[in-house]
Amino acid sequence: MNQKIRNLFALVIVLFGTLIFATSWWTVDELGAKGLKDNPHNRRKLLEQMRHPRGLIVAADGTVLASNKHSGHGETKRYYRFYPLQGLLSHAVGYYFVSKGSAGLEKQYDDQLAGRQNEFASTIDQLLGHRQEGEDIRTTLDVNAQKVALGALAGRRGAVVAIEPSSGRVRVMASVPGYDPNQITSTRGIGAGASTLNRTTQGRYPPGSTFKVVTATAAIDSGRYTPNSFISGKSPKIISGVPLQNFGGENFGAISLTDALTHSVNTVFGEIGEKLGRATLLKYMLRYGFQRKPPLDYPRDEMVASGAFRTKGCGSGIDYGRVAIGQECHLVTTPLQMAEVAATVANRGVRMKPQLVERVVAKDGRVKQSFRPKEAATVMSTRSAAAVGQMMQHVVEEGTGTAARLAGVSVAGKTGTAEIPGTSENQVWFIGYAPADHPRMAVAVTIERTQGEGGTVAAPIAKQVLEALLGKAARKSG
Amino acid sequence: MSARNRELFGLIPATLLVTGGFTAVLLTRVSNVHDVTLTYGAIFLGCCLFAHLFIRWRLPNADPYLFPISAVLASIGLVELYRIQESFAIKQAGWFALGIVFFCLTIVFLRDYRVLERYRYTIAAASIALLLLPRLAGQATNGAYLAIHVGSFSFQPAEFAKIGVIIFLASYLRDVREVLVQGRLPRISLKHMGPLLVIWGASMVMLIFIRDLGSSLMFFGGFLALLYVATGRLSLVAAGAGMFYLGAWFLTNHIAHVHSRVEIWQHPFQPDLVEGKGYQIAQGLFAQADGGLLGSGFSQSLLYLPGGHSILPAPHTDLIYAVIVNELGLFGAVAMLLTYLLFVRRGFKAGLVSGDGFGKLLATGLTAVFALQVFVIVGGVTKVIPLTGVTLPFISYGGSSIIANFVLLALLLIVSDAGRQRPELRGGVVP
Repeated sequence: MNQKIRNLFALVIVLFGTLIFATSWWTVDELGAKGLKDNPHNRRKLLEQMRHPRGLIVAADGTVLASNKHSGHGETKRYYRFYPLQGLLSHAVGYYFVSKGSAGLEKQYDDQLAGRQNEFASTIDQLLGHRQEGEDIRTTLDVNAQKVALGALAGRRGAVVAIEPSSGRVRVMASVPGYDPNQITSTRGIGAGASTLNRTTQGRYPPGSTFKVVTATAAIDSGRYTPNSFISGKSPKIISGVPLQNFGGENFGAISLTDALTHSVNTVFGEIGEKLGRATLLKYMLRYGFQRKPPLDYPRDEMVASGAFRTKGCGSGIDYGRVAIGQECHLVTTPLQMAEVAATVANRGVRMKPQLVERVVAKDGRVKQSFRPKEAATVMSTRSAAAVGQMMQHVVEEGTGTAARLAGVSVAGKTGTAEIPGTSENQVWFIGYAPADHPRMAVAVTIERTQGEGGTVAAPIAKQVLEALLGKAARKSG
Repeated sequence: MSARNRELFGLIPATLLVTGGFTAVLLTRVSNVHDVTLTYGAIFLGCCLFAHLFIRWRLPNADPYLFPISAVLASIGLVELYRIQESFAIKQAGWFALGIVFFCLTIVFLRDYRVLERYRYTIAAASIALLLLPRLAGQATNGAYLAIHVGSFSFQPAEFAKIGVIIFLASYLRDVREVLVQGRLPRISLKHMGPLLVIWGASMVMLIFIRDLGSSLMFFGGFLALLYVATGRLSLVAAGAGMFYLGAWFLTNHIAHVHSRVEIWQHPFQPDLVEGKGYQIAQGLFAQADGGLLGSGFSQSLLYLPGGHSILPAPHTDLIYAVIVNELGLFGAVAMLLTYLLFVRRGFKAGLVSGDGFGKLLATGLTAVFALQVFVIVGGVTKVIPLTGVTLPFISYGGSSIIANFVLLALLLIVSDAGRQRPELRGGVVP
């Protein structure tokens, strides 16, 4: 019988071996554990995250934009996100809720905010008894200027973006309608008039005459034109085989390129666009960052690319004569892209990578990541930038953009009024920067479907935002 | 070193586990430490020391490892129960003390285990009655009849029945094994095969009445193990296994509850099951995946939902293995399984050294059914077989389980003590 008992023990070893194999299968990622962790019914990861407070998100001046509330105690203690400023910076900051997912910076910097580390580091930390702690994020956003921008938009559908030209720091990211992120989890939702769509990065708008800054850049930097080149401004003029009108049908004689930008003469820029052709225009558009998503530290799926794209319902063939004046069905831009156009001219032709986060700070005060200004592209020569800037200064001093003038500070800019086909409403724009001689801030303002023009509707908003930002900057440097 | 001193030293790991484990759990609850928490550990260790002294007095030659191994297992359980809910640990420490009482009573009243042979039919009848009791007086848990409720206590008769059935089988097979070994299959008369068919029938009846595939597998597996050891005839074992498989297959297709258990086992993540009937197995697997290689550490796993409910159903009984994997990781779980394997090894050893057929079969059968119980519950939680509600011996919360397993341990020690004082082993190296 003893041999049989030994055989039986061998069988038990086989059975226990099966148990060890099965346990290994469910605990080793390379075998079956990965599948369990990724199973959509597995809420453990999310519940686990709720056990630790997330890092704070703060504005440039330290104002808290996202903090935590908690409920329960001991093992049932759970943390929830709370946004003290409600809707003020909701599109930039985004939201984070276990039941609703995440958006904005909350999503982009999720690993840092959750304090997540790679498995090796976290095992070491666990052995050392460190608790998982979220890191804080300091943004580049200016709470006061954001308030001014939203106040100036006054509930009209549209967007304002302000960027520091020399560094790419995004100071204002305002999109109307906004939403209160604290309401995301409420059963009634964020409300009927609210929207999580970030118009600054996701709005696809015709740029209208603000695009003439891009055309002017191509014209001058390619060496084909100077600010003093004279071109006929008659109206109508045949562009790409179809007659093109000036605004209000106004007829100009032969005028300089500077005057043509100052008064936003369509037929001049139409002709330039046609003569420069697709290749040259596209080359400069690419340098400005068109045709692909912007390199902003923001979720890719919450940004769209600006540029001329083949679009259904716009007919075949892109008319670059009309792309040049910003009124072409295939051409759409975001307010962020147009702010970058202004910022690039302001920064002597060098486009900086736009940035929303200044630094990531651990709970013990160590700076884990620090943002350094980074050049994205050299769009044009310093001389060309000075020339285009000069022309934009004329726009504000004596042209269509006089409503953006600031007392004691010279402003450079360009207005835009894109007609919305089939309606009497316009997409109105203003892009610009100030001070014109030593630019510290660039801005883009747009309002959807409104009466009036860029110079009368958008320029005054840009003025208020620039005032708020420069006033602050002046105090800071003084 | 004498066997008893080895046993005393063998208690050191259990002591370390209890003190270390309790400290770890306490450290994570800095907010509400109170002195009484340590008393559960003290009760436990006091019981261990008392039992050791008792064995020293009554069974001086018994296997020196079985008791310390049980103590290690019990201390893993006690720490995890304390982590799951303090009140479980208090009661479990009490059950442990009661278990030691039954352990001592068994040793005192059963000076010679051969006495059991005289009562084998009484014991068999009592065991079957115990098994059917929940169906008559109890209520179903998850569709299975496993417990009867007396006041606030629930009593799981199957835990005791398993011991009774093994005693009967060991005694019966000792008598008929000669016939079964030598007789050609057709010649084996109904007289000899009859009781075996009765056992097969009983396990099928169990499937029908208590509706629990796991218990049924455990009993029938124990029976087949004894049949094999007693006769050495794999043909008999194969025939038995085939009959069990056929019966189980038939019942699976004809009893809704058993059928649904199998269905849940095969597809726990199906959308219509994962939040319902498959929730337990799915959550158990999710918890194990979270454990990884090293586990989250004592008391660090995610166990409670914001509402205060446990994310794992029955974390202290059925799913305690999932909690252990979650907190101690694959390495901790393997260490625990190897500890069980050591227990099984020493249990079979008691059978090997026993001088008579009944002792051999008794120790082997008890050990086999113990090993199968571990396999049934751990296999259920790891989705090797359908999950059924049997306890993890010495670890799961529950009075019936603790007491029954201490009685089982006492029987193994008694057989071992008798075997090891045989003259031919005296003075030699203790195997």
